[in-house]
Amino acid sequence: MKPRFVLRAENPWWRGPLLVVMAAIVTFVITAALIRWSGGNPVAAFRYMFVNPLQSKFGFTESILSATPLVFTGAAVAIAFRAGYWNIGAEGQLLAGTIGATWFGLHAESFPAVVAVPGILLAGALCGAAWSLAPALLRARLGIDEVVTTLLLNPVALLVITGLLNGPWRNSETGFPDSDVIAESAMMPVVWPGTRVHLGLVFGIVVTLGCWWFVGRMTGGLRLRAVGLAPGAARIAGLPVERTMLTTALVSGGIAGMGGASEIAGVAHQLTIGISSGFGYTGVIVATLAALSFIGSLVVALILGIINVGSFSASRALSIPTTMGEVVQSVLLITVVAALVIQKYRIVWKSSDS
Amino acid sequence: MIDVIVDLVAATLRIGTPLLLAALGEIITERSGVLNLGIEGIMYSSAFSGIAAASYTGSLWVGLFVAVGTGLVAGLILAFLTVTLGVNQHVAGLGLTLFLISVSNTVNRILFTSDGGQVRVDPWKSIGFGGPIFDQYLFTYGALFVGAPLVWWIVWRSGFGLRVRAVGENPEAADVAGIPVARTRYQAILLGSAFMSLAGAFITLAYVGQFTINIINGRGWVALALVIFGRWNVGRCMLGAAIFSLVNAGQLQLRLVPAFADVPFELLLALPFLAVIVGLAVSGRNVPYPGSYLKPYRRL
Amino acid sequence: MSSPTPSVLLKDIRKAYGATVALDGVTLELKPGEVHALLGENGAGKTTLMKTLFGLTQPDTGHIEIGGVTTTIASPRDARSAGIGMVTQHFSLVKTMTVGENLALAEAGLIRVDLAKARRIAQEAADRYGLEVPADAVVAGLPVALQQRVEILKALAAGCRYLILDEPTAVLGPKDVDSLLAVVERLRDQESMSVVLISHKMKEIERVADRVSVLRRGAVVASTTAKGMTTRELVSLMVGSDAAESVERIAQATRGDAAVALALRDVSVKRQLGGLDDVTLEVREGEILGVAGVSGNGQSELVDVLSGTLRPDYGQLEVAGKVVVDPSPFALLAAGVGILGEDRHASAVHHLPVVENLVLDQLRSVTRLGHLDRAAMAERCETAIKEFEIKATPSQHLGTLSGGNMQKVLLARLFGRSPNAAIVSQPTRGLDIASTRYVRSLIAGARDKGTAVVLVSEDLDEVLELADRVAVMYRGRVAGILHANEVTRERLGELMAGVSA
Repeated sequence: MKPRFVLRAENPWWRGPLLVVMAAIVTFVITAALIRWSGGNPVAAFRYMFVNPLQSKFGFTESILSATPLVFTGAAVAIAFRAGYWNIGAEGQLLAGTIGATWFGLHAESFPAVVAVPGILLAGALCGAAWSLAPALLRARLGIDEVVTTLLLNPVALLVITGLLNGPWRNSETGFPDSDVIAESAMMPVVWPGTRVHLGLVFGIVVTLGCWWFVGRMTGGLRLRAVGLAPGAARIAGLPVERTMLTTALVSGGIAGMGGASEIAGVAHQLTIGISSGFGYTGVIVATLAALSFIGSLVVALILGIINVGSFSASRALSIPTTMGEVVQSVLLITVVAALVIQKYRIVWKSSDS
Repeated sequence: MIDVIVDLVAATLRIGTPLLLAALGEIITERSGVLNLGIEGIMYSSAFSGIAAASYTGSLWVGLFVAVGTGLVAGLILAFLTVTLGVNQHVAGLGLTLFLISVSNTVNRILFTSDGGQVRVDPWKSIGFGGPIFDQYLFTYGALFVGAPLVWWIVWRSGFGLRVRAVGENPEAADVAGIPVARTRYQAILLGSAFMSLAGAFITLAYVGQFTINIINGRGWVALALVIFGRWNVGRCMLGAAIFSLVNAGQLQLRLVPAFADVPFELLLALPFLAVIVGLAVSGRNVPYPGSYLKPYRRL
Repeated sequence: MSSPTPSVLLKDIRKAYGATVALDGVTLELKPGEVHALLGENGAGKTTLMKTLFGLTQPDTGHIEIGGVTTTIASPRDARSAGIGMVTQHFSLVKTMTVGENLALAEAGLIRVDLAKARRIAQEAADRYGLEVPADAVVAGLPVALQQRVEILKALAAGCRYLILDEPTAVLGPKDVDSLLAVVERLRDQESMSVVLISHKMKEIERVADRVSVLRRGAVVASTTAKGMTTRELVSLMVGSDAAESVERIAQATRGDAAVALALRDVSVKRQLGGLDDVTLEVREGEILGVAGVSGNGQSELVDVLSGTLRPDYGQLEVAGKVVVDPSPFALLAAGVGILGEDRHASAVHHLPVVENLVLDQLRSVTRLGHLDRAAMAERCETAIKEFEIKATPSQHLGTLSGGNMQKVLLARLFGRSPNAAIVSQPTRGLDIASTRYVRSLIAGARDKGTAVVLVSEDLDEVLELADRVAVMYRGRVAGILHANEVTRERLGELMAGVSA
């Protein structure tokens, strides 16, 4: 038996949603086994993961808080992938952003909030972009695979943070490897009173909508899409392929860096070694599950935020490991990419080899 | 001085062992035209499953066996996604890595760390032939004297390797010659994954003797870079692994030098990663990627 | 050598791709011990026919008989076991492997690679047919002539008795052509093998062919003994005659006073094969300059120079009387030159909608304050769809369109720039009849609006129908330029065959 792939001529409206539901079912079946093993009831665990956070204001706003960095990294990954630039270094770029933001935040005493808040975001963006500069230049000028170079810079960024926190930025009061708390003026104000949801979320949504606007409506966006889809044809049409790729890579890094700044200024208020729990990698999941659509990535980021918060409450209530949320997210990624193929192609199984 | 050099060489061999094993696996896989970005996750999950099985059965060999089995299952998932379905190889591989790491961490929590413990075994001892340089693990001898020559022989001399190179370079031509493209890629991915799982197993079953979170720490990505640096050749990859490991061993030694006492050791730890990137920048230009790299093969 | 039973018979083979009929009931017979030449312009169906015989494509109707027995050939493997071998234009070689490895590939086991046997086969072929190849050299490092020998060797090693050579000499220099033809003669004379030779070069056919069949638009229009035929007779067989087929000409006499829109001056491209040699051409506003010639006489290079992707070694390119100092696709587009390349898929972004593909090379004209002027784009697209009769919606992805409609989109883009000069290369290749007619009328329409058009086509009907003047290319040179009123098939045929008047 061998599969043949036949491009589907048309796609009825129900096929997409149906496949997503099927992917969710497969995800459930696979993860349910693991949940059972850890001694939990899968149905209960899934209720905690997906439904519980939506049943209380606290759960919902905490989910939004958890989604905030994913909004940034999702947009960063999506815009890079749209241009055919395989940036898998959003993690490192986000971490670089936290360094820039912390540096700015520690020196922002004298600035008023109207300067300090945009300033801390800008500092994060600049550091994120700088972190993606080397891979982008190597790709655009020398044609060196950006996948490997962006990946390699992720652990390096974490090492730089560890180095800073064990060295010059060690907390002056506690002596722990956490930085001092940043200036109050540079902290993101809370935008939903009584919760922890902060201005970073608004910036994240604005940036995502900006990407959506740019890619869909602006001339540069069409250029970016053409370069990503068919660089050869773009070149024939006189478009600057390398320059477009380089610019997009820097913007992508900048957005991821802003995500780092948002975490520093909005939640942690100081740099810690565990500042990112894989936000950059999860950004790849966000962008892929959203099929690289920016509006979709806002929704997916929220869903993953819900799973993050939900897996914590599931963990507390059923004493299953908190990492179960990550398992669910990665299985969802794998099943959905498989479903996307099935949406595009009809698979015909043939018995002969001819 | 001689002592320093001897220590340096001995450490280089130890550090280089998992990198070489993983790179050997990636060479075979990529030679068939498939990128295995699951490499980091395969090393991670094999490192875990190996030590978990060893701690339950008390046998390191059973652990090794289970580690390789884990790698094969992971390889099968990747092959189904990339070869049968033709999913984007970057996304499939990264997804597999995230999946394997999160599952390993979860099972680790279930089996060992829920009560604050940590899985440990009495690891394989090194085998000495006199002097620190020749006091190495079986894995190291195996990787150097069996693994590398074997992979070289498979790729360049065996009929299987010939088919792998053919489907990786020109699947249409291979198909016309009657070679089953999909089956050959499955085989290459599975064999490659087995080598990657050996790399993971080495770390827990011999090198460290315990499993901790983030134990692979980017070694898979380094191996990936070494394959490009080594242009899919065993010899050049060994050279790359040696350089990386030497830089790594060197920075470990530097920490002992008083003049470097003030330099945060994390910055020194970052040195080897940067060395790989510089290596790619210097020699990674116009590298001869396998002709069908990243391209699924569909006969229409 | 003269067996009464036909060894291979392709009977009533029909093959259509959508609305395009590639083969329209072709019957062809291959006798043992003969060299059978297949003639015809590119796109006439020669390659498709032979791919059917080699199992690379399946016919819609019709069948293949070998020795009178109907045989199903579903894959190259079937073909090989039936004794059929083929050397395609794109070699099926793994270039990073050695010659011996390529020869041993089909029979390699899990462990064993029988390189010794491969070397033996190579040695034997060298001794018997003069087919010498270095068995231990890597294919990528070999000149094309030797790579081709490896392909032939592969076929021989598989025990083939019928050998199909698809334009084997297009990539060879004169000396290599000689030795290839010598090999072909030896295979025929010593082994009684039957060889199909697809070629555009009349001299070769004159030399080795026993029979010649001509395909035009998917049908065999002539099949005859080749012995004793001269180049001139072969060409007239290929191009047909004015008496036999009438073409409705929509050419017009060139106004001599119109300005020169595009010119090549003394342009040479040095290449081992198929370069350009001192080409000077002018095309005026409101004129179609047809460029005719047998495939591979410099037309592709000419288009590459005109589109800025190939830099000439000597000579220069002038647009509207001004020398283009640094020719590139961007510079030529900016200077008002539009291109429709030979391969439409190379210039199409398949996953972008029609409306966006239409403006991809003229983004500035639909940009307002950095934004795409969607209203203007939609209007332009509606107009184009109506005017060019494109069967598609603006939001449809370009890749889902049929070949003809995709071509119309690219033409709409080209003429949407209102270029001063347009270069169209093989504009109707692979299109169905209705689209072909329509595309031709578009080109004529652009000319009537004052555009200077260079029409490069191997389809003589097309050139005869449209061109106001015809430049004939032969071996990278302009062999002659004829005005519309002095063009006849015979005259063109002579120039194409390199027969000086």
